[in-house]
Amino acid sequence: MSVISASAHAHVEHHELGFLRTYVFSTDHKMIGRQFLFLGLMMMILGGALALVIRWQLAWPETPVPGLGLILRETGGILEPSTYNMAFTMHATIMIFFVVMPILAGGFGNFLIPLMIGARDMAFPVLNMLSFWAAFVAGILMLAGFFVPGGHAAAGWTSYAPLASVVEYTGVNWGQNLWLISLFVLGISSMMGSINYITTVINMRAPGMSMFRMPLVIWSLFITAILLLLALPVLTSAAAMMLFDRVLGTSWFRPSGGGEPLLWQHLFWYFGHPEVYILILPAMGIASEILPVFARKPIFGYHAMAFSMIAIAFLSWVVYGHHMFVSGMNPALGMAFTVSTMIIAVPSAIKTFNWLGTLWGGRIRLTVPMLNALAFVSMFVIGGLSGIFMASTPVDIYIQDTYYIVAHIHYVVFGGSIFGAFAAIYYWFPKMFGRMTNRALGHLHFWPTFVFFNMTFFPMHILGIGGHMRRIYNPLQYEFLQPLQWWNVLITIGAIGLGLAQLPFVINFFWSLFAGPRAPLNPWNATTLEWTAPSPPPHLNWGGALPTVYRGPYEYSVPEWAEDFLPQTVPAARAGARRH
Amino acid sequence: MLDWWLPENVSTYGKDIDWLFQLIYYITGATLVLVSVALVAFLWIYRDRPGRRARYTHGSTPLEIAWTVVPALILVLLTALSVPAWSRIKMTQPDTDFVVEVTAKQFNWQITYPGPDGRFGTADDKTLLDEMHVPVNKVVRVVLKSQDVIHSFFVPQFRMKQDVVPGREIAQWFEATKPGKYELPCAELCGFGHSGMKGWVYVHTPADYAKWAAETLTAATPPAGDAPRDEPRREEKAKR
Ligand SMILES: [Cu+2]
Ligand SMILES: [Cu+2]
Repeated sequence: MSVISASAHAHVEHHELGFLRTYVFSTDHKMIGRQFLFLGLMMMILGGALALVIRWQLAWPETPVPGLGLILRETGGILEPSTYNMAFTMHATIMIFFVVMPILAGGFGNFLIPLMIGARDMAFPVLNMLSFWAAFVAGILMLAGFFVPGGHAAAGWTSYAPLASVVEYTGVNWGQNLWLISLFVLGISSMMGSINYITTVINMRAPGMSMFRMPLVIWSLFITAILLLLALPVLTSAAAMMLFDRVLGTSWFRPSGGGEPLLWQHLFWYFGHPEVYILILPAMGIASEILPVFARKPIFGYHAMAFSMIAIAFLSWVVYGHHMFVSGMNPALGMAFTVSTMIIAVPSAIKTFNWLGTLWGGRIRLTVPMLNALAFVSMFVIGGLSGIFMASTPVDIYIQDTYYIVAHIHYVVFGGSIFGAFAAIYYWFPKMFGRMTNRALGHLHFWPTFVFFNMTFFPMHILGIGGHMRRIYNPLQYEFLQPLQWWNVLITIGAIGLGLAQLPFVINFFWSLFAGPRAPLNPWNATTLEWTAPSPPPHLNWGGALPTVYRGPYEYSVPEWAEDFLPQTVPAARAGARRH
Repeated sequence: MLDWWLPENVSTYGKDIDWLFQLIYYITGATLVLVSVALVAFLWIYRDRPGRRARYTHGSTPLEIAWTVVPALILVLLTALSVPAWSRIKMTQPDTDFVVEVTAKQFNWQITYPGPDGRFGTADDKTLLDEMHVPVNKVVRVVLKSQDVIHSFFVPQFRMKQDVVPGREIAQWFEATKPGKYELPCAELCGFGHSGMKGWVYVHTPADYAKWAAETLTAATPPAGDAPRDEPRREEKAKR
């Protein structure tokens, strides 16, 4: 640690870097964080557009999608079944791998870890830069799939074998190959990033910053990094195996060659369940950060919060089979996975009640970041509770592969992760870009988003209960679904509203970026270390000495301390002196 | 028009599933209401007002133990209630002499009856496309196979779902409790024709079933392996 900070000091004097080294091939964790954030936001436009195409088809099947005639000239904008399959496959792929992961783990992981533990940069700045550029290459490869003959991957984001592993079954050739190669490269990117995060958190904390004085968002990113390090290589290997099946003629997943289709599912979900927590843990950390600031109260049960995340990290390896209850896996194994899945709900319950405990007796200000954090908590509750239906194996028989699952995952990943991401963007924007966002536009973004989100995704539970299968092209082909069709229309109207509700966000983001009022050092009167650095922090974050930490991160409304926040960096003696 | 609940259940074990579904529905529904009311109430009661300071507390061990133990107990209870139903539905095969083979392919269900000799793989087997006929109140065993990719055998009104995996034979069972015609969609994405891959399960009274079987299964049948009459048309659709 001392060696690293000594060499960092040596760099302070000569850091005149050119445009390319500052904005493109930067090794500064803050610039890399911003790059990941922009990558995620750009991809969100594409992922969202795909979602609207899917919704149009489901509400008004086989009618021209407005505007799509420009791209799908032969059909005049009408979606064909194969194009529809491609649309939902790529919507999920992009949202999970190129929106939520880059924004939360990539963007805020990079930006916040050094700033909040009091380090000048990541442990391995060059590896950090390579991690972003590998993700960028993965993004290019993924986008390239849209332009190859045969179209992009169309076997679902889960790409079950042998549908995805044998070209003839979908007719998709290089689309699926590029999908696999892109995820392979992304896996390498995440490995470089996660090693870096783990090393930085373990070795580079400022003096006095013990593990249990770390802000919970750092705990969440640290645990996320461990999950990334252990989970992504499994997906990476599975992707390589499937690529070999497709290109080299191996038979890992092909029964006719002695392979086993369920092997793919075991590998995929062994990655896939921890992945769910990779998507949601950072958002949990973000909420745990923002709630105390705007309730002016210490987080309720700091240790329980940290340990429940550790418990989730351990348990997430032994629950993945709940995705496979009706897959043909031995049903006795299903029973074991029911037990572990029920257990993993407990730490999530603990976290929810502790968030409520944080609000209890607070002095709550409903700022834009706070509203988004509260939306995260309440939507995560719905996503968590609907998960209990799936944990019960007999109930899962019925709701597996229905819209109930689609509703559940969107409450967790949109209601959870995306509201968490919005909260984080509004909260840390002043530090990230040195300017304040517009409050009115923030409200204009939040309220319609919250309302249309629920209008879009809540009725999906009802469709699922009615038996509506997911991934079907035209619900009207089924007699038992015809009476439910008006829900599909309602959902699509909600989805269009949800899309429009993002316009104030885009305007706010870019207007504030260039013309927002200059941000002070600590606009929210928060206690953690990033608010002691300038806004935005310079290269190496703090000019002179690194901050020294004297206490935990959530000392709000300390009795006998005049102000209602006691920063981590105020020396104990001074804090004592101010008491009377 | 306001359809928003489970479709009618017409199988024996469907009742167990619906009962568990409703139990979880009420437990989670009550939890959701409690948490939401508490959240909104706190936002109102503890809103920022001048001259008030927030309560300085880092937590409460008794409270935290309570909200760890209570959810844990509820979840243990749900597990304990889920396991027996799961075991009855998926882990045991009731004795029956009524066996049907279902071979899925892109994008049809091929339903094979053993014919008068009661054995599969003989010349008098009879294969129907996308339709299955069974008697009411009789345990039916279906043996699920796939010729190509993974499909999923789903009869919403039986609360029955099982993936059909190439390279495996998976035996499942059901016992229908009401005569009628029930839709049999494929529930696992299986290619561009996934949507619309569906069949019908006809549940007959014993008399009707005997009549149907006499007409269809025991009548002079073409040699095994012959495609059912309407297959070529569907093949064409599938290759489109
Ligand atoms: Cu899972
Ligand atoms: Cu199918």
